[in-house]
Order: sequence, then C-alpha cells, then structure tokens
Amino acid sequence: MSFASTIRAFRAIVPAVEFWSLRLVQHDTETLCMRQHRLQPPGSRRSRGAHITLMDRGGIAYGATSELSTAGLRTACTQAMDWLETSRRHPLFPTTALPRPPRSGRFRSEETVGWDAWSLEAKIDLLADADRRLKIHEHIVDWQARLRARRSQVLLLTSDGIEIEQQFSYLAPGFAAVANRGAETQIRTGGGWGALVQGGLERLAHFRFPEDATRVAEEALALLDAPECPDTTTALLLTPSQMMLQIHESVGHPLELDRMLGDERNLAGSSFVTPEMFGQFRYGSELLNVTFDPTVPGEVASYGFDDDGTPAERHYLIRGGILQRPLGGALSQARAGMPGVANSRASDWNRPAIDRMGNLNLEPGDSTLGALVAAVEDGVLMDTNRSWSIDDHRNKFQFGCELGRLIQDGELKGLVRNPNYRGISRDFWRSLSGVGDAASVEVWGTPNCGKGEPNQLMHIGHASPPCVFREVEVFGGE
Amino acid sequence: MSDAERRFRTLSADLLADLRSSEVLLLNHVGEDTHFLRLNRNQVRNAGHVHQESLRVELIDAERAAMATVPLSGHRDGDLAQAREVLDRLRAQLSHLPPDPFLHFATERCDTRHCSDGRLPPAQDAAEDLIAAGGDLDLVGSLAWGEMTFGFANSLGQFNWHSDDSFHADWSVHGDDRGAVKQSYSGFAWEREFVAGKLAYARDTLGLLQRTPKVLSPGRYRAFLEPTALNGLLQIVGSEGFGLKSHRTAQSPLLRMSRDGVRLNEQVSLVENHAGGRTPRFNQAGFIKPEEVELVRDGVYGAALADPRSAKEYGEAVNCANEHPESLEMAGGALHQDHILDTLDTGIYLSDLWYCNLSDRSRCRITGMTRFACLWVEHGEPVAPINVMRFDESMYFVLGDGLVALTEEHERIFDTTTYERRSEASAMVPGALVDGFRFTL
Repeated sequence: MSFASTIRAFRAIVPAVEFWSLRLVQHDTETLCMRQHRLQPPGSRRSRGAHITLMDRGGIAYGATSELSTAGLRTACTQAMDWLETSRRHPLFPTTALPRPPRSGRFRSEETVGWDAWSLEAKIDLLADADRRLKIHEHIVDWQARLRARRSQVLLLTSDGIEIEQQFSYLAPGFAAVANRGAETQIRTGGGWGALVQGGLERLAHFRFPEDATRVAEEALALLDAPECPDTTTALLLTPSQMMLQIHESVGHPLELDRMLGDERNLAGSSFVTPEMFGQFRYGSELLNVTFDPTVPGEVASYGFDDDGTPAERHYLIRGGILQRPLGGALSQARAGMPGVANSRASDWNRPAIDRMGNLNLEPGDSTLGALVAAVEDGVLMDTNRSWSIDDHRNKFQFGCELGRLIQDGELKGLVRNPNYRGISRDFWRSLSGVGDAASVEVWGTPNCGKGEPNQLMHIGHASPPCVFREVEVFGGE
Repeated sequence: MSDAERRFRTLSADLLADLRSSEVLLLNHVGEDTHFLRLNRNQVRNAGHVHQESLRVELIDAERAAMATVPLSGHRDGDLAQAREVLDRLRAQLSHLPPDPFLHFATERCDTRHCSDGRLPPAQDAAEDLIAAGGDLDLVGSLAWGEMTFGFANSLGQFNWHSDDSFHADWSVHGDDRGAVKQSYSGFAWEREFVAGKLAYARDTLGLLQRTPKVLSPGRYRAFLEPTALNGLLQIVGSEGFGLKSHRTAQSPLLRMSRDGVRLNEQVSLVENHAGGRTPRFNQAGFIKPEEVELVRDGVYGAALADPRSAKEYGEAVNCANEHPESLEMAGGALHQDHILDTLDTGIYLSDLWYCNLSDRSRCRITGMTRFACLWVEHGEPVAPINVMRFDESMYFVLGDGLVALTEEHERIFDTTTYERRSEASAMVPGALVDGFRFTL
C-alpha cells in the first residue's frame, strides 16, 4: 500500500501556514468466527484516510478525510482553515505548545507467521478444532471461536521535513463457552478472548489456542455448580488476566495528564491524582513498580513514535510505590510544565491524538505463583475480568471476574462463582503484599479503551505478574 | 439529491450490472460530514472536520456469503475499480466456504427515502454561540455537527436512503473539583437563545453544588432517578437484555422474565419505537423495521429483538438492525414533575449514573457511580450535593418492587457517542422514584 500519490497531491495544495502535519493511516482487518459448528460469513474491513493539522497565527485546527484525491485533500484543508479562525479567537493554549517531531524514523512490529501465510481453509480448520473442543456437554448452550488480524500503516509528515513510517501487525484470537442450567448462566473465555497483541499467527501459542478450549468449557460447567463467592474481607490474588484491568482502570487512567488538565471532565472524568503529587505521593506499597514501556516485543502498544511524532522510550511511572511521572504526551507536557511520556495517540486517521495509555506494565517481583499462594492463609483467587466500574476521579472501583477459587492455608481449593471485589484505588495499591516473578508475567492488552471527544477506542497493552492484596472486600451474587 | 446519494446510486448501479445470475449482492453505504469542536474551560481544545464514506459489500452465492468494507474516495472510476476488485476477491473466497444455513436477506423489494431539511447554520457560528453563552463559566464538552448518510442497495433493485443534518452538543459546567452540572442539546435546528437559557440555568444551579457535600454511608435510600440516570441503567439492560440470540443462548440478564415468567412492576412498559427514532428504517440486509417492537408490557416480557441472522436461526421475524434498543421508549407514569421533590420527601436526587456495568448477569444486577449534580433532599428541599457513591442493585428490584412511581413527563435523550462515527440512537425515558436503592461504597 502506498501513499505516494496522496503525499504529492497534498504538497501541491497545502495552504501557506506556519506549520502543518499530515498523518496518513490505513488499517486492514480480517475476521473469522466459528459459532456452534458453523462458520460465520468472513469479513474484512479497510479504513484509510488523512488527518491534516494546520497551525497558523495563534490557531490550530484539523481536517480529516477518506477522500484522498486532490479535491478531497483541498476540501479538508479548507475545513481546517475555517476552524483556525475559531481556534485563534478562543485558544486554550498557545500554539507554541504544539509538538513538532524532532526526527524522522521507522518502526515495524515483529511478526513471524503472517495472516496470509496460512490458507483460508487452514484457519477455518483451526477454528473448527477449537469449536469442537468447546461443545463438551449439553449444558454448553453457546460457544464460539474467532480470529481477528489487523495490519496498520501510519505515516506522519510535517512541514519541518520529518517523515515517520510505522507498520504494525496485530492478532486477536479467542474462544468462549456459555454454560446454562435453569436460571443460572456462566460464561468462560480463553485463548486470548478480549485481548490484542502485536504479531502474527505465531502468537496463538501464547494464548494456548486452541488447546485451552476444553478447559474453558469445563470451567464454565463447573461454575454452574460452584458456590457463590463468599461475602468477606480477605486476601485477594489476581491473575494477570485481571491485573490487566486493575492496572488499566486504577493506575493508567488516573495518571493521564489530560485528565489533570481538565480535558476529560465531561466524558471520561478527572483524576484523584494532581500534578503536585509527583515525586512524593505514595501510590502503593513498596512492591509497586509500574512502567510505560513501548519497547516490549509483541505487546500491543509497542511503537517507535507516538502519533505526534515523539520518540517513544521506557519510563517508570511509579517506583517503589512512589509516583514518578504522568501519562502525558508532548502537548500536555508543555501545557502542564512537567515531564511525561510519548503517549499522544489517535485511534484512526479521523481522530486527533490525545493522551492515552501505551504499554503500561507492572514490573515483576521475586515470588513464584506457588509462593504467592502458599503465603495466603485465607483468601480468594480471581481470574479474567468480566465487569468493571470506577468513579470519574478513579477512586471507588468494583470489578468482577469470570472465575474465583478459594485459597485456604496456602493451598488452592474449590471454585466459587460470580466473584467481585471493590475498593478505593490508593488504599488498594497500598495493600499490595505479593508480586509474582518474571516467569509468571503474562502480556495482555485491550483493544477497546474508550476516551476523548470525539470518542476514540484505543488498544492498550498491560503486562503483569499475578499479585496479592491484603484485606479486600470480596463478594458474590445474591 | 445530495452528492453522497447520487454517488451511491451510480456506484451501486455500476456494480450490480457486473453480477452473475446466481449471485446476490447487498451494498451498504455509510457516510458523514461532521464538524467536531472540543472545549475545555470554555476555550478551544480541538476543532476540525471529518469527512468519511465507506461501502460494505456482501456477496452471497450458493448459500455462502462473505463481506468486505472499504473506504470511498468520491472518485467514480477509482471507487468502482476498488469495489470490483473487492467483488472478485469475495467470489474467490466463497468457493472455500461451507454452506451457511442462517443467511438471511430481504427478498421483497421495498424502497425508502428519508432526508432531513438541512437547516443548520455554519458550525463555527454555533461554536461562537456556545462559547458566548458560556462566558466565564468553566465549560467542558463537545459539539458534533453535520450530515450523516446511510444507503442500501441490492441486486433485487431495492434502494434505501437515509440522511440527517443534525447536531448534538454535550457539556458540563464545573464549579470546583466536585460540583458540576451536565447538560446536552441535540436536534435539527440550532437556537442560540435556548443554549443561553440552559447555561443560565447551569450558572444558577452551581451555587447549590458549592455547599459542603452530604457524606452518605452505604445502605438503602429512597431515590429519584432523572430520565438520564434511568437511561444509564436501561442502556446496560438493553445491551444484552432484549436480543433474541441472548435469550435463546441464556445470556440475557432478563432470562428470568422470558423463561420463568418473572414480572417487573406493572407500571413498566418498554417499546423499541423504530418509527419514532432517528436510525434508518432499513437494516444491512435490506429488511424494513416494523413501526415498533413491544419489549415489555405492564411488567410482562414481550418480544425480543431479532436481527436477520438470529431470526433465521430461531425462526422469528426480523424486527431490528441490531439486537439492542436504538430507539427505546418507556411509558410514563402518574408522578407530575412538579411533585417530584415532595414525593421523594427525604432521599437522593440522582441526575446522572455513570460507568454502569452488570455485576451479576443472572440477577440483572448493575453497579455504577453517581456523577454530576446528585443531591441530598430533605422534606422536599434540596439540601446539598452528595459525595460520590457507588451503587450495586438488581434491575428486578429497581423496576420491580422498588419502583414507587414514574413521571408523566419523558425526556428525549440522544446518544452522543461518536466512536468511529456519530451515533443515531436515542431514547424516550421518564424519571423514576425508587424506594430502597442500594449504595455500597
């Protein structure tokens, strides 16, 4: 795929302004799904367009279009020029704050087995294999397996002569089993369901696809007969498939600098974190170390540059439990006068870049999973997120998981169903009492983090070991 | 006729002319020309315009189907060449697919056309109105403005078109770190005075929100839910509660209603009012939606929403585009808006419930947070804002034994989400007085 003709056309018509940038994006997505032994109609989707930012005489505005002809690009520029005037009259920040990428560069995801390396029949056969493994009992009333792949190309050019080209490959596999008896229904997922990673079909092994399908179905059935999670205050062991959500909601979002600057107060909300807290505030126990790390191969938000063109580097956001720096891109850093990270990202060509999480990872400790369990006298293990809710300042949360398991006297015991827990972010992280070692780390990510006006869904990476928290309020269904 | 409609008519006619005799082709166009303004502290955070058009091509032959969506450039020859390439690719794919027994598409031609008047002034003028009305207020929010287009064409000659020139503005006005008034304004004709009036009301309300918040303990409270707050709960119920597939696969949070005959309060009646909504009356397979679908009547479960695939799989009639409400309408009750506070007496006035999610699917239990102007009321008088509270409550209770009254008046609530493109969904919802609403944190 080439944007050469679009770039030539744009250079010929771009207005004479102090600064411009052109972001060209193409996403190609392929989806295959097998449900109840039947292949659903395969689908592909291409998104392709241009995002033009113009800055001139105190104003900044954008025009975005899927019409990549000279006429389409000219119209987009005209629309941006019309908005420049409004922006100039009512500026939230000076145009000097607008980031200008310092250098050109390239980035490419690691991929060993591309989507097209396997025939369509081979991929259908794989789905059929997973599908068969899921239907193990009459009480499995619905089941499906799916594969989704995406290739993306992002090209950023500026009037300063910068050219940044990045190419990404993503994979989103998964399967789900629904077990039902009477009014009780339990849903169990696996094989990467709900997650997204960089790479090709070689990543299927990472999610034990399709081997884990029968276990998933068996657990869905077993949950029908399991007792409700007890209502109590106890130790909580979260596996990486739930740590992902815990990190996302109660570390990632609170540390977004645009929330502290007030941009998100109408939609995603603000934060209990304020700029003065950095460098001194105890966010969690000494075991808590969180990094912004765009360099992890295979994690979904690894990249060389963010969408403003800022070179991406690894930074500690929380170290030894103490808050270090926020999740703020170059523009937010200039507005707030504080350091940040390269996290200004746009979901597609039709949206402007805003502060987002990238890869936000909880760094490993030195306990094996077995040692974490052994250290718990009385507690509950929870696995795989299914429900999430937190207040607009990111304090009071309640999360639910697909599966719970009791821990008694340092040993894993029986399943419990409908496990939920609730707490307050700061208190919760300060109760962190055990962190798994490097061998227990799993790389997860979500494709669906919603934020921004206009709204954007963004893919975010979270790698974490299992962790133990003291004195958490847990409960089940009624 | 708009340029977008003319282009889609031409493209679909050219493409359908290429079809082989055994093939069926379903074409769907989606487009928008939207101005987006984002404000923070009543100043411009982002301003710009998005133009996008896409074509969804679904090819069906010998009980097999495959589909692809591609962007449109607006250039006739280029778009046709791209669509033909897609068609060839889909043809090649079909030969590798097994038969699909649940393919379902309209076979009786029914053309429709809906175009709004397009009475909107330039978006920049509306932006100036909003900013001027906000004045020195700390206003945060967004304005989305312009035309949305939807088209359908198939190889039977059916053609459907739907376009709306509309806007929605969604903002909040902040007094300090906690106190904020949420407002929105949507429609087809912009009225500067209406915006000024709303912001004057927000300015007046901020004073009450500056009072020291009433700190509540977890427990059950008498509460009045404004239409927006009730709609926040109904959206979660609706996301999986009314779909035919979710019922037949036992995943609906309302399964106890459809399977065991559990009833809600007899005041509760819900319909999917396709005729009164804003979404296109046709779906992606060319079926025309009925005027309405009765989901719950007098507390008793009614029909489910069936998209073409589910309808075929489970032997029902197609009655929607997506198996969740997009034009939900809830019947009102007997509580007049002038008597809300008196009837509430002492309790919580909830203007907004946020970040709601199912916490126990089988019991239709929802958790979420209070947000914006939620007030403590004593003896019918608003006393102070409340601290932010988490609730966790079953909708079988909220719309069952816990429901005291519904308001006579409804509010039309436009879905202001803009993921990928602007939403066309809306709802008509009354307010609800509930006794014993459970707060947990």
